[in-house]
Amino acid sequence: MVLKSELEARGLKIEEYELLKKKLNREPTDIELDIAGAMWSEHCSYKSSKLHLKKFPTTGKYVVIGPGENAGVVDVGDGFVAAFKMESHNHPSFIEPYQGAATGVGGILRDVFTMGARPVLNLDALFFGHPDYEKTKFLVDGVVRGVGDYGNCVGVPTVGGQTTFDECYNTNNLVNAFTLGIGKKDNIFLGVAKGVGNPVFYVGSKTGRDGIHGATMASSSFDENYEEERPAVQVGDPFTEKLLLEACLELMSRDVIEGIQDMGAAGLTSSSFEMAERGKVGLNLYLDRVPVREKMTPNEIMLSESQERMLIIAKKGKEDEVKKIFDKWSLDAEVIGEVIEDKSIKLFWDNNLVADIDVSLMVDNAPVYNRPTKKPEYIKDIENFDFETLKEPDDYNGVLLKLLSSPDLSSKHLLYEQYDSTVQTNTILKPGSDAAVIRIKETGKGISATTDVNPRYVYINPYKGTRLAFIEAYRNLITVGSKPIAITDCLNFGNPENPEIMWQFAKATDGLADICKDMDVPVVSGNVSFYNETAGSNIYPTPTVGMVGIMNKPLNAPSVSLKNENSFVYLAGVIKDGELGGSMYLKWIFDKVCGKLPSINEELHKNLYMFMNSCVDANIINAAHDVSDGGIAVCLAEMCMASGLGVEVNLLIHERVDFYLFSETQGAVVIETSNARKLEENADKFDIPLLKIGVVKGNSLKINNVVDIEVEKLRKENNRLFEKLFK
Amino acid sequence: MRVAIIQFLGTNCDFDCKYACDCMGIESEFVWHDEGELKNFDCVILPGGFSYGDYLRSGALAKFSSIMNAVKSFAKYGGYVLGICNGFQILTESGLLTGTLLKNTNLKFIHKDVYLKVENSVCGFAQDIEKKVLKMPIAHGEGNYFCSVDQLKYLEDNNMIVLRYSSKDGSVEDEFNLNGSLGNIAGICNEKGNVFGLMPHPERAVGDLGHDGEEIWKSLLK
Repeated sequence: MVLKSELEARGLKIEEYELLKKKLNREPTDIELDIAGAMWSEHCSYKSSKLHLKKFPTTGKYVVIGPGENAGVVDVGDGFVAAFKMESHNHPSFIEPYQGAATGVGGILRDVFTMGARPVLNLDALFFGHPDYEKTKFLVDGVVRGVGDYGNCVGVPTVGGQTTFDECYNTNNLVNAFTLGIGKKDNIFLGVAKGVGNPVFYVGSKTGRDGIHGATMASSSFDENYEEERPAVQVGDPFTEKLLLEACLELMSRDVIEGIQDMGAAGLTSSSFEMAERGKVGLNLYLDRVPVREKMTPNEIMLSESQERMLIIAKKGKEDEVKKIFDKWSLDAEVIGEVIEDKSIKLFWDNNLVADIDVSLMVDNAPVYNRPTKKPEYIKDIENFDFETLKEPDDYNGVLLKLLSSPDLSSKHLLYEQYDSTVQTNTILKPGSDAAVIRIKETGKGISATTDVNPRYVYINPYKGTRLAFIEAYRNLITVGSKPIAITDCLNFGNPENPEIMWQFAKATDGLADICKDMDVPVVSGNVSFYNETAGSNIYPTPTVGMVGIMNKPLNAPSVSLKNENSFVYLAGVIKDGELGGSMYLKWIFDKVCGKLPSINEELHKNLYMFMNSCVDANIINAAHDVSDGGIAVCLAEMCMASGLGVEVNLLIHERVDFYLFSETQGAVVIETSNARKLEENADKFDIPLLKIGVVKGNSLKINNVVDIEVEKLRKENNRLFEKLFK
Repeated sequence: MRVAIIQFLGTNCDFDCKYACDCMGIESEFVWHDEGELKNFDCVILPGGFSYGDYLRSGALAKFSSIMNAVKSFAKYGGYVLGICNGFQILTESGLLTGTLLKNTNLKFIHKDVYLKVENSVCGFAQDIEKKVLKMPIAHGEGNYFCSVDQLKYLEDNNMIVLRYSSKDGSVEDEFNLNGSLGNIAGICNEKGNVFGLMPHPERAVGDLGHDGEEIWKSLLK
């Protein structure tokens, strides 16, 4: 009988041990337990989420490769593809923010370039606790430096993302890193082992003891002794990553390899088992040939999560060519095994067989849980809040300034100025825009990308809130004139063994599946992060949506910054009064998280897409910004602050002013144009309600007779928090 | 004009420099760090990036690569050498330019568009554009220019200071000095004016991305 503590150390449940024993028909050995612990961890096996992820639509006109590979791949025209994925690195980033965030970026970069795509764009979605919480400042500083240093050094621009603050992340901050790469459609590589007799190459950094049990750590909750997990956090080396990136891409430009996979979570274990499984083959691995930094046991080598390593199946006879390329880039490349017919992973040490493990036992037979769900008690009344009970403010200048200085709406420029957002000379829309836009030099066309979620919406109503995350991302992409074509998701939730958390997860995935189908934007990759729980306290459900779009004329993409004095400001779409549930206004002015969520008009969004697309193609838009967090008042303020110019607008407010100004209505875009006639024609053509609301003028934001604030004053309040955080 | 763009391990602005050359109609070619010679080139560019990770000190390892011997003799005989960002750091580390680049005073990486006042100087890359103000991005963690009082006097006396961080209209004040550089210095040259190092990225303000960077590249067309 294996001791309970031995199972716990590996993150295995007793019933999982029993399952393993039954399949083997004997007691498992130590190394079999180690490997099962890693492969059957939530992080690697998706055992709690698998059943729910099946709901997502994963095919469509643009999809080349859907979920299941290292990254999803979509067709972006002219023989080019974009590979992209978003992944969480939450647990490590709480224990060791700098390395945790840095290695998060490193991992997602490798997922993308293993596909044969050169990374051209990074985004990061960050969620921190309240700025006043004791650890927040330390975490923000470490995470931002980590994200920045890694991407900056590798030379991939970090062009956008989001930063959200809420008490629910005090002891579980989230780091969701997104990378998109561009490759050739006829030169995509997969994580597959094939061709019996082909050599297995280990390339990149040497293996050390760092990150052992990282996948297991990421698959459990924290208790008060979380500091003890520090050794499970990996250490990043972006310089080696850069070399690995260039060496791999050079390798892929020749006909020398069959398959390639990053050694990510669970290191050599998951890469070897997954590649063998996909190719329906086995592998002999001679572990004593693995380049190591220190003396290590076979078990440790299999479980190490040392960074910047790849497993490659080369073509037989091409060994020297592979070695020569890695030699040029000063990297280790060792043949550590070969592909075999027998579908098992055979581990050798000094030519002695130390383990022989059936591939499908670990991959196919991993447990799948249909975990029980239970509607949480809090859900019952949370949407039943009467907004009329809120006292209407008498000083709208004061309320707007307070909103602009709130953590979520504060200017993040001091944060993103630590990221190189223009290296590679393709960046058209920089951080601070509705969406990131880059051009593809080879085709002249563009790619847009954004990440979005309002976790408070999702907490109030997981189904609708997740749909809102999607529609916000969709609106961000269409506002810059692009066509949304696919998403990646990063589903960050609490403890799945808690039926109430599982209920949130089930509803959220229902919501995402439904709206993806409705809007014809499939899911091509993604990641699930459970156990974002510390000492029994769970985060708000946070399904981050990373959406990618394509555009014909990226140079026309409008920024949020107003351009010309005396040009007209229009409102396209519809503002619905009182869409205040889960809003910034409720959270940061009244400290409330409740109320009926905003409604979604899908048809309006589809029409808005066509309208914006034709306007941007015709280059008649000077600036555009969608109405979202904080409502139209914040939207207009942001357009002013980005430029320094003022606006005078007159809005058709019929009822309470706050219900209009701060309504997080879904389906409105503010547009500055110098070609009013053409804009109006297009609105008619695509059946878009369009209203001239004002003019760019002076240096103050003036809304009806209720708001009148100098732009400099807006900026000052907007900058206050981050000046303090980064001091 | 034929330009060599040097690739060290960890260089990441090599393709951007090539893009700028292509935009401007300048013939260019990549040269690997282990080459020992620079034949038939009129100009050498040391691009930005993180050579050898810059873990020790920016540029501290790149100076030992064999191409740097070739760059030194190339410069000695009057060849034009342009070092951008990490390239500037490598030039100071190699002794081809005076002074050094310290960590930014706020200890953070800074990426931002800045304005640069072009000074009257002997720099071969900045003739005909004196007094102009150029806008282009900086992107570095160690761009805080520093040298001794004597060295500063030497730079000033010999008109070797080429660029200073300034306002939009060219006024050189403390508030426009984001990284703490001595005298707002953003770029300097050697005594002969054929070796030029700058922290900002002129290759990122070319063609569709802006035109101010072109002012630097244009000098290569003459």
